[in-house]
Amino acid sequence: MTTAVPTSLAGGPRRRVWRNRLFQLAMLSCMFVAFGTLALLLADTLITGWPELSRRLLTGLPSTVPGEAGARPAILATLYLGLLVLVFSVPIGVLTAIYLEEYANRERWWNRAIEVNIQNLAAVPAIVYGILGLAFIVRGIGVGRVVLAGGLILTLVVLPTVVVASREAIRAVPDSIRQGAFALGATKWQVVWRQVLPASIPGIATGSILALSRAVGETAPLIMVGAITYVAFNPSLFGPYTALPVQIYNWTKQPDPGFQTLAAAAAIVLLAIVLSMNAVAIFLRNRYRKQW
Amino acid sequence: MTQMEAPRIDSSRIAEVSHGLDRSEVESRERVFSVRDLSVAYHGNVALENVELVEIRRRIGMVFQKPNPFPKSIYDNIAFGPRVLGMKGSLDERVEQALHQAALWDEVKDRLKDGALGLSGGQQQRLCIARALAVEPDVILMDEPASALDPISTTRIEDLMHELKRDYTIVIVTHNMQQAARVADMTAFFSVDVEEDGSGRRGILVEYDATTKIFTTPSDKRTEDYVTGRFG
Repeated sequence: MTTAVPTSLAGGPRRRVWRNRLFQLAMLSCMFVAFGTLALLLADTLITGWPELSRRLLTGLPSTVPGEAGARPAILATLYLGLLVLVFSVPIGVLTAIYLEEYANRERWWNRAIEVNIQNLAAVPAIVYGILGLAFIVRGIGVGRVVLAGGLILTLVVLPTVVVASREAIRAVPDSIRQGAFALGATKWQVVWRQVLPASIPGIATGSILALSRAVGETAPLIMVGAITYVAFNPSLFGPYTALPVQIYNWTKQPDPGFQTLAAAAAIVLLAIVLSMNAVAIFLRNRYRKQW
Repeated sequence: MTQMEAPRIDSSRIAEVSHGLDRSEVESRERVFSVRDLSVAYHGNVALENVELVEIRRRIGMVFQKPNPFPKSIYDNIAFGPRVLGMKGSLDERVEQALHQAALWDEVKDRLKDGALGLSGGQQQRLCIARALAVEPDVILMDEPASALDPISTTRIEDLMHELKRDYTIVIVTHNMQQAARVADMTAFFSVDVEEDGSGRRGILVEYDATTKIFTTPSDKRTEDYVTGRFG
């Protein structure tokens, strides 16, 4: 008995094989639209800004002459803001997440309301936080248009993100770990502090740093609360300030083309700050990989 | 037939615990901790609902069905209990002693700082037993401690139980009747009553006696049906 070879094996590809290739191509082109645009934008910024990317930009003070202007006050203020956001948002965000995940009773309506609203808060446009900050922080409690006020407002902007990320990380810790710790006679707080929290550090750190890099890039709320444009001195916690994104925005508004170049160069600096923070997040995620 | 269990009670000191091991009404996730939902007599008359749960858990050790070492080093797994309880004395000695008791010391003594999750399943389960022993409990509950393990690891766990029962009361829940016959001095057979009106199921203690009696001449028909393999 002989076995006949199916003719299709000898012939060309069938329709479904073509369809397979077609969709592969479609997905590939979508990826190029997404990342190609981004790459072009980055390349354009790099090319435009490169000539002005100098030591003067990093250490100099702003000036009305493009060839003499630097962004030191803006860079410093942005770093201060980042630090403030870190100091405020991580403890508050993580403790909130612990409460919601480990302590809050879901039967109670107020806990459910908080849960739903934290998701919503993360979606509120940053400018709204700016208005809120202007009313309550700058004028209400009278902090004034200072670095501290900016830090507090950016904290409000990213807090929901930190809470959501931390909750995810805490929820990913298996119950068997909690049960094992409870079984040894540990109290609730000991279980949370010594088992759940250490086990969720990688997720919390990653989420917090990503939120932080968002805060560092925010412009709108800072304009609302008076990050002024021309600051020719190093900022202090309770002094007036400008931030790097605000500085970039203002330079692009100047008629002198020299400032456009300067803006592109400052954008490279901002990108470098944000990307290195993301790199830290990736490093942490790989270093403390989940172990279960 | 659902929820058939033949728990085994080694009652050198506290046989009363057996009457409380009615788990069927307790939500699975909460069952370990919701001792308060059970009516257990511990040391005679103490009703558990009036007892501080943290204190009860500290006195009654627990080994889970699936090994659940903490994602920490071997040393820190054992040291966790003594640390949170603020136990006096040398931590190093306590860790070593617990690992000796759990017959794990020789296998891990050179890598105490290594992660506990790198151990094999059987080693992890012995680590969990060592962890329970480190806080010097009165009773050790074992919930199907070998059901997730291979036969060789199971043998080691059972040998370990024979060692430990000289010093500790061990309560083991198992579906494996041969295992119950091998390791238990006393055996209780639990079953479940389904309410006629469909209002739920209720766990019941069918029979509790010496292991040899349970497996050779049980007094209850249901026990006999189970041990002779007529159901289950």
